[in-house]
Amino acid sequence: MLTKTIQGMGASEGIAVGPVFRYEVHRLVVDRRQVDDVKHEATRLDAALAQARQELQRLSAQAQADIGADEAAIFEAHAMFLDDPELLERVHTTIETLQMNAEYAWQEGTEHYIAALRAIGDEYLSARAADVEDVAQRVQRILQGGGTQSITLTEPVVIVANDLTPSDTVTLEKTKVLAFCTATGGPTSHVAILAKALGIPAVVGLGEEANQLATTAQVIVDGTSGEVLIGPDEATIAGYRQRAGSLSQKRQGALKSTGQPAVTLDGVRVEVVANIGSPADAIEALQYGAEGIGLLRTEFLFLERETGPDEDEQTAVYRAIFQIMGRRPVVVRTLDIGGDKPASYLSTISEMNPFLGVRGARLSLTHTDVFQAQLRALLRAGAGHNLKIMFPMIATLEEVYAVQEQVEQARAMLEASGMDYAQKVEIGIMVEVPSAALMADVLAKTVDFFSIGTNDLAQYTLAADRTNAGVSKLADALHPSVLRLIRVVIEAAHAQGKWVGLCGELAGNPLATPVLLGLGLDEFSMTPKAIPVVKQTIRHFSASEVRNIAEHALALSSATEVRAYLESVAL
Amino acid sequence: MSVSSEVVVRHKVGLHARPAALFVKAASGFASRITVENLTKGTAATNARSILSVLSAAVQMNDRVRITADGGDAEAAVTALCDLIKNNFGEMG
Repeated sequence: MLTKTIQGMGASEGIAVGPVFRYEVHRLVVDRRQVDDVKHEATRLDAALAQARQELQRLSAQAQADIGADEAAIFEAHAMFLDDPELLERVHTTIETLQMNAEYAWQEGTEHYIAALRAIGDEYLSARAADVEDVAQRVQRILQGGGTQSITLTEPVVIVANDLTPSDTVTLEKTKVLAFCTATGGPTSHVAILAKALGIPAVVGLGEEANQLATTAQVIVDGTSGEVLIGPDEATIAGYRQRAGSLSQKRQGALKSTGQPAVTLDGVRVEVVANIGSPADAIEALQYGAEGIGLLRTEFLFLERETGPDEDEQTAVYRAIFQIMGRRPVVVRTLDIGGDKPASYLSTISEMNPFLGVRGARLSLTHTDVFQAQLRALLRAGAGHNLKIMFPMIATLEEVYAVQEQVEQARAMLEASGMDYAQKVEIGIMVEVPSAALMADVLAKTVDFFSIGTNDLAQYTLAADRTNAGVSKLADALHPSVLRLIRVVIEAAHAQGKWVGLCGELAGNPLATPVLLGLGLDEFSMTPKAIPVVKQTIRHFSASEVRNIAEHALALSSATEVRAYLESVAL
Repeated sequence: MSVSSEVVVRHKVGLHARPAALFVKAASGFASRITVENLTKGTAATNARSILSVLSAAVQMNDRVRITADGGDAEAAVTALCDLIKNNFGEMG
């Protein structure tokens, strides 16, 4: 068989070789009939809408966990369409005055808006029309008593479809998808965005020719050129496999050694882990060689929404992240917001000085219902994983006692309810307030670990708001005062046999690597992309050498001097 | 009581996506009947509480819109919705 090539638009880079899986959407047939009992039809419609809302809520949570916040937002938008007063009025009028069945009335109403949005001829609004169609089909299926259509993939395949909606893709087992090909759609269509987020090649806009893909066993998908080769011979496949190999080799070149541990020339090993804020970040962290998570920010679950996430929603998202990380350590920071990043449902008052106000653990301790739900969710999701919990913005020993008391309370609740939860969890604190750093010898006796937040520690130590352009330069974590506080913290912790991590930007700055290493830092936590270079840097120094570098740096008198010195000893 | 005001949408995505959702949510918080019309494109006045109607008004960046409210809290509604647009939906820049 001759190789045939069809041309579409490359929507997500990469090359895939594999068998086609033809995904066909069965559009529901709607009959139009006159009804006597209009009340019954209206009730049926309302029940179907209620069920659809429930499904969308579940899909949104699943999308949040599997893919990310953007994907979850699609289902929230769908739910908004279901509550549209103009649409609902139109549908109800069709039922009540024209005495039509609910299925027909719903189809007529949604088609009206789909056509109106398409007629504008704007790519973005056409994509919204597709969203309305997607949610219209969901309600139609419920009205007709149908179950959910889901695809079960048994082997890795190239998915070929006319188009793919968020509802189609959310339940797909993404690890078995080699590539996406669609007949319709453009570079900003849903499948293009999804494929990019997942790092899977995709070609869209293949036209009617995409149907030729249905019957063939094997295809090559080139997401860069937008070509799809049907029935390629062995030589062509071999050529593409080689190209795919060199492509990923180039991409992985910088990452080559990042899977190896970070060990100094004289054999001292330190942990290099990632700062993340979503399940998608966790996957990225592993790709860049993270040995665990040193900072999981949980704010993404709480911000930009009307009501807080409940315990079950949080448990599902945390569990998704812990499952990605397996047995690797994951340090979770409890909710860290304050007056500058308010959440409407957490009653925060407007403060003159939000950075010195009710933020971090202080806020959690004034909203113990929210705090308890988060702690229970973490403990539940942490069962069978290597969970560590830390608290932000701790200034005093009393606050440490208060948060520990909250953890005990959460444990007691879970124990009483007979739920499975993580039994062995290290409890630590962020050190970002100078008082905590100076009292580290006292605090070290009551906690399992410290994690130094150098961004805040620098701004509090130098009294310089890092969001104020006039003074932000002063908040330099390389200032000897900050480095001296870091030394105090590490020495105090080690004296009690406790470990210390650092999750500020300083950890990901290779310039600072030798001085932090020399001070005895146990764990470096940074944005995933910084990991390969920092690991490489650690491997170039010996422990005795960096001890001298640290000693020298801490004896200097300004941030400028420290920076100049570190540049002179850098690789 | 009927109140009306005109404002130019400066947000880069116009009255779409997140801004549209915020606009509709804000409009739903008032008792008055509220409409929005795209003066630049010459569309008819549509229900500001309806996301589908607001999207259909196809308001893009730099389009001028008129917001009209009719009811007891008309004044407050028009002020709040115009402010939302003027403040660029709470985003910087």
